[in-house]
Amino acid sequence: MSQGVYGLMAEFGDVGELVTAARKAREAGYVHLDAYTPFPVEELDEALDLHHTRLPMLVLIGGIIGGLAGFGLQYWTTVIDYPINVGGRPLFSWPAFIPVTFECTILGAGLTAVLGMLGLNGLPQPYHPVFNVPRFALASRDRFFLCIEARDPKFDIDETWGFLSRLQPRQVSQVDA
Amino acid sequence: MSVLADSLQLAPGNPLRRFAPVALIVGAIALAACGFIATTAPRPVAQSYLAAFLFWSGIPIGSLAVLMLQHITGGAWGAIIRRILESATSTLPLIVVLFLPILFASGLLYEWARPEVVAHDPLLQHKSIYLNLPFFTVRAVVYFAAWMTLSYFLCRWSREQDGGKLRVQRRLENTSRGGLVAFGLTMSFASIDWAMSLEPHWFSTIYGILFIGGQVLSSLAFAILAAAALSTQAEVAEVMTPDRFQDLGKLLLAFVMLWAYFSFSQFLIIWAANLPEETPWYLRRLAGGWQWTILVIIILHFALPFVLLLSRGLKRNRRSLMAVAAVVLAMRTVDLSWLVIPAFDRDGGSFVASDPLAMIGVGGVWFFFFVRQLSRHPVLPLNDEALPELDEAGA
Repeated sequence: MSQGVYGLMAEFGDVGELVTAARKAREAGYVHLDAYTPFPVEELDEALDLHHTRLPMLVLIGGIIGGLAGFGLQYWTTVIDYPINVGGRPLFSWPAFIPVTFECTILGAGLTAVLGMLGLNGLPQPYHPVFNVPRFALASRDRFFLCIEARDPKFDIDETWGFLSRLQPRQVSQVDA
Repeated sequence: MSVLADSLQLAPGNPLRRFAPVALIVGAIALAACGFIATTAPRPVAQSYLAAFLFWSGIPIGSLAVLMLQHITGGAWGAIIRRILESATSTLPLIVVLFLPILFASGLLYEWARPEVVAHDPLLQHKSIYLNLPFFTVRAVVYFAAWMTLSYFLCRWSREQDGGKLRVQRRLENTSRGGLVAFGLTMSFASIDWAMSLEPHWFSTIYGILFIGGQVLSSLAFAILAAAALSTQAEVAEVMTPDRFQDLGKLLLAFVMLWAYFSFSQFLIIWAANLPEETPWYLRRLAGGWQWTILVIIILHFALPFVLLLSRGLKRNRRSLMAVAAVVLAMRTVDLSWLVIPAFDRDGGSFVASDPLAMIGVGGVWFFFFVRQLSRHPVLPLNDEALPELDEAGA
């Protein structure tokens, strides 16, 4: 492992080249790699094998907790804490609880989705080494980047440099840590 | 005809085509049996027939709505089921024929069509300006004329696009815009006429949209089943990818939720107001065995499809999505029976033989004509901008 190096980054001119490169890098045995694009690219999930996110399960749990909390709050206030007779209806009038329960489910799931996404992404992150590459600013415009990280067991600065060059990128640069 | 259009015809070995003659024969026998029972006990048969008509007519009518919706929104999800929707709406002339028995049996079905009942009911006399047989008939003619006109032109222009006429896309969009407004109005009134007026003292302002929501759900579930059957053909399967089935699965989930939302909204408002002129409708449907029916509806028409359709893997798998669509479609018949049959003061447990017979009879005959329509043109639209794979005119 080379000291002071975060990884090596290859720059591509279009999506197709990037997806092919990501696929080839995985086939070559690299596991710690990431792609940077100006817009979401669905094929990359599969090319980088990024299916296994825990976010859907977190959102489901958040939704269930939200729903139970909403229902529980209404039950507690109307039946236990402050029972009021409204037009002779039973205190536990569950049909009236449904809209609030539904909304609380959405609230719980929505908040978990946003906060969980940020948490799992490690955001907000004031410093990230990829920005040390001057041309990386183009990742938010019209360039596509593939970065093989130095923590990858197969990473070797010369060999990986050679590998990335063979993918015919526009440029390969070293990313300082 | 071009090679591409040839390869996209409904194949002779397609499950839909193999099943169609069986459906026709079984359907005809079931309808004949209904007719036979009707000679001794016409009233229950008329009731069963109305439920069956409302379910099966919902697929071609709902398909018209989905067809216009997909023309406006665009996208590959709509293009892959467009021919299925078009074939379904093209069966509307058959639906007109199937409507005639209801017209003839109106005295058996609708209180307001019985002069001896109206004579003792001031409210029905008051409503007779609207609820009378001649005006009922005229309205039905107007509804069918509107839907068939829309269906005729939308199908015709779509086929012109196959032939390489590319400027029709704009015309299809514009017609669909106005068409959806006309559809919403006509179908709301049709649901009031055909179903809500079974209990003429009762009214609900959400009824029309609840009914349309159910029809759209039926036609979407049916389109998923038909699309899955079509994708057994290799050329079609190239376009009907797991991504597309996922799109359709998402829409099915959305419409399952929309239907549940409409249904619950009606219930909540009537339950909360607790007014004597509104509650009897629900009291009839929550007693005498019907409370079990609604429990089954809540579980199998909402909860189960809702939970299952959340899964990404399930939506992308053709077989598992088919299974969910089949459950939803089957539950649509139960929901419509729950909506219609209690109006006749029949108990939930009192199934009569004509209930399943009419459902199978009308369905079998309808399905045969649906498949006949589907086999007349390529099963996927050519030259649609949403399906660049099938572009042969060089748009």
